[in-house]
Amino acid sequence: MIDWGMIANLVGGAVTTLWISSVSIAIGAPLGLILAMTRVWRVPVLSQGVAVFVSIIRATPVITLALFVFFGIPAMGLTLSPTVAALITLSVNTSAFHAEIWRASIMDFPQNQSEAASAFGMTRLQAFRLIVLPQAWRASLPPMVNEMTFLIKSSPAIAVIGVVDLTRTASRIAAYTYDPLPPYISAAIIYAVVVFSLVRAQRVIERMIVRRYGVL
Amino acid sequence: MIDHFVRALTQWPLFLEGFLNTVWLCVFTAIVSLLLAMLLVVPLMSRLLPVRAIARLVVDSVRSVPFLLLAYMAYYCLPAIGISLSSWAAALITLVVYNTAYFAEILRGAWSHLPPQQEEGGRAFGFTDIKLFVYIIGPQLFIAAGPILGNQLIQVIKDSAFLMVITIPELTFKANQVQSILFVPFETFIIAGCLYWVLCNSVEWMVRRLDQAAEMRRAR
Repeated sequence: MIDWGMIANLVGGAVTTLWISSVSIAIGAPLGLILAMTRVWRVPVLSQGVAVFVSIIRATPVITLALFVFFGIPAMGLTLSPTVAALITLSVNTSAFHAEIWRASIMDFPQNQSEAASAFGMTRLQAFRLIVLPQAWRASLPPMVNEMTFLIKSSPAIAVIGVVDLTRTASRIAAYTYDPLPPYISAAIIYAVVVFSLVRAQRVIERMIVRRYGVL
Repeated sequence: MIDHFVRALTQWPLFLEGFLNTVWLCVFTAIVSLLLAMLLVVPLMSRLLPVRAIARLVVDSVRSVPFLLLAYMAYYCLPAIGISLSSWAAALITLVVYNTAYFAEILRGAWSHLPPQQEEGGRAFGFTDIKLFVYIIGPQLFIAAGPILGNQLIQVIKDSAFLMVITIPELTFKANQVQSILFVPFETFIIAGCLYWVLCNSVEWMVRRLDQAAEMRRAR
């Protein structure tokens, strides 16, 4: 017998997981691009700072980062709700990974196109906006979807600082009913559906790009 | 701020204990999961469709679940069906099951890129299945998949932090303990982050060295 009340609760938790992850990606992806550009253009001082930041964030577990944000920032005198702390945690984490994705795709960009752009009298910013970016985002797309699935899979870290996401909803139901199997297995299935849909969506988008532009 | 760091560092035995627990959990996981993955990759590459399909389904299901959820399942669900586990056993089982699936998938990816002539040639020379894997396929898989296996090992280190939730005294658990004793969370978690950075970079360094060694061997 399927307990529909439980499923409804879990879907509510999944919605929280999804909106927090989506907003974090919406913040983290452009932030990652800015971080990547300071490195690509070798902006003095900033570029080295960004390299250290990216290296440390990429090596830090999301849950450690979440505890750092949730306990560390209030200790400096700023109060945070769990949701805001979760958004900061996931945005910072994914910005570091996005920085590496952007950097790789921009560094791989054919040199001759940049040279041609400057031969046409474009400034570096114009060439970047009109020539590099419209092509580089396509190359970045597959690793970005990959990063999204990683973000979803590490998002239970925000459950630990009190956000009622899918994982926390499942453990609440388990604690309430003393029957851990149904909520945890249902939650696992919901996560699997989300991750599978992302992977499928990636294939569809890749095919659309290939059809429209000829190459990825 | 500096004195906060100094205060946090007076608790260095706690940091050290957490660090060492994280290290041995990950080393154990790496060795056991890799051995199990070598067994699991065989059905993944099987010529029989049903065998391959079942192996695929198992590997993909495990890989699509968040690590923390799997840890909760091992810790709370197994006792519910009559298998009582200590938190350590639950932690090790979760780590090994989760990463066996990942390692097997990585090895499968490397195997499918191996030229089929290698296997055919080996068979023509009379290699049995096991010898074929040990002498011809296996070594090439590890050389080809080395860097990706290294990345997954870094993921193991980061996933192991989730185990604090089921009360395993690893690095993040211990940092949280230091933080709650001294009330200097900012500095404490920065120290923990730096220790994770050291761990992850050592793995990267080792992978690079192994890669160089493999390159030298090929050049000879």
